[in-house]
Amino acid sequence: MLNGIDYKSPSVVFAIVIGVLLFIAPPLTEALDRAFWLDVATRAVILCIAAVSLNFILGYGGMVSFGHAAFLGIGAYSVGIPAYYDFYGVGLHLLVTVVFSGLFALVTGAISLRTKGVHFIMITMAFSQMVFYAFVSIEEYGGDDGLLIYSRSEVGGPVNLEDATTFYYVCLISLCVFLYLVHRAVNSRFGMVVQGTRSNERRMTALGYPTFRYRLVAYVLSGMMAGYAGALLGNFTNFISPDMIGWTRSGELIFMVVLGGAGTLFGPVYGVLAFLVIEEILSSITIYWHFIFGAMLVLVVLFVKGGISGLLTRGK
Amino acid sequence: MTSSLLLEVTDLNKSFGGVSATKNVSLQVIEGEAHAIIGPNGAGKTTLISQLSGDLAPDSGQVHFAGNDITTKPGYARSHLGLARSFQITSIFNDMSLLTNVVLAVQAHDGTAFRFWKPAMQDPVLLEKAHEMLDAVGLAEKANHLASTVSHGEHRQLEIAMALASDPRLLLLDEPMAGMGPDETQRMVGILNGLKGAKTMLLIEHDMDAVFAIADRISVLVYGSIIATGTPDEIRQNEDVKRAYLGEEAV
Repeated sequence: MLNGIDYKSPSVVFAIVIGVLLFIAPPLTEALDRAFWLDVATRAVILCIAAVSLNFILGYGGMVSFGHAAFLGIGAYSVGIPAYYDFYGVGLHLLVTVVFSGLFALVTGAISLRTKGVHFIMITMAFSQMVFYAFVSIEEYGGDDGLLIYSRSEVGGPVNLEDATTFYYVCLISLCVFLYLVHRAVNSRFGMVVQGTRSNERRMTALGYPTFRYRLVAYVLSGMMAGYAGALLGNFTNFISPDMIGWTRSGELIFMVVLGGAGTLFGPVYGVLAFLVIEEILSSITIYWHFIFGAMLVLVVLFVKGGISGLLTRGK
Repeated sequence: MTSSLLLEVTDLNKSFGGVSATKNVSLQVIEGEAHAIIGPNGAGKTTLISQLSGDLAPDSGQVHFAGNDITTKPGYARSHLGLARSFQITSIFNDMSLLTNVVLAVQAHDGTAFRFWKPAMQDPVLLEKAHEMLDAVGLAEKANHLASTVSHGEHRQLEIAMALASDPRLLLLDEPMAGMGPDETQRMVGILNGLKGAKTMLLIEHDMDAVFAIADRISVLVYGSIIATGTPDEIRQNEDVKRAYLGEEAV
């Protein structure tokens, strides 16, 4: 699959530069004596996984889920609640994460995928708000004050997630694995069906595809991937609260995907990085940075078709 | 021709509000024939074909296809029984290449698509068949063009290629010549005549010259009812048909 790549094209050069920067981030931040930057990078990589999972259904499948943060929250609580009962094994954490985010996706997807367009956006948002209020109301797990996690998941062997560099590389390798899986999936027969359904669902039905099943499976896979990102996020912050599930977080994820280029493999990664960098720069200039940021978002949506990935491949 | 029935429509009714779009329609399509449905604007032709393809549910009546009662079957299930349709308004995947369009049509009938690993666009089984279909409708050279960039006539040809990709027993063609210029129409008549005999066709068409050039039998639909069925010659002579068309022109 590495044949036919033009190593001089801007999109490939850009991807390689970003990839190298991400891989040397720990020694780089150490050399520059900016340990805090590694925290920023870790958070960015985790958000990348969430954005990649959203892009899988939004970019390739045309399903604009406005409730993706719910999966982040479910993943985070899947680590936090077992930890609350002193269960720290990574196997259990992952099992709970995958089962619950998958089940939640299956049930809510089976209902919301019967709707289209704005209705789908609203119903996914409604479901994520239900999760939000569910965790707000459970006093045992901190309600809206949230829940502290005293220790990260225990992997065993030489891997200790408490070590910032180790944790960073676990996140980064996870991102690479998910990118590869998404790459395989979207080009497979399954992925062709998902993309065809985005393009023209009525035609897909006439061709003989029971499109609903394919969309639902894509939605569940995406939900589990986002759940995994949530489990990493819970581990990373050592603190979880319903705020992780707010609808603004879902909106941010959509914007990151669109900014980077929906329906392209690396688009969501660029989107997350650009989003965080712009946010950082603007907020250091003025406290009214939201205003400028909002205007920039509107301009990007209006004028930069295909987001950052689209800019990089322009003229081809 | 051994007259085995492929499609049998019995007493089909469909109304929207107070308007009967389909009124007691009974229709038989014999295996191997090219059967055309003609009728003035608003006669309910597209409503009828939508009930045959499963996009619309009839209020009453039955549709039998190849011995199965498909009246309540969803569209994708009809497709798997061997019923393929093309759309009056071009319905293709605009953001994909012509080849990808046909590959999607081919893989729809090549087992389950719950296969997550191998790249579909490098699958020789899918590609070979897709190229064959594009060749059959004269689009072989444009295989890698984006669907949104080719002409209207070529869109219509692509529709036929996609419908053929499932090896259907019956092709439902909803105005394949709609919006075409004379040259394009000529080419499409050629393509459809080339398929005649190999495929059973149920054709809905406005263009009378094209219909009389292709069809073995013709049914005339007026205000939701079939007023006559017969060979092209019989239809030409039929008084009711003349009146329906002349009446429309007199208004």
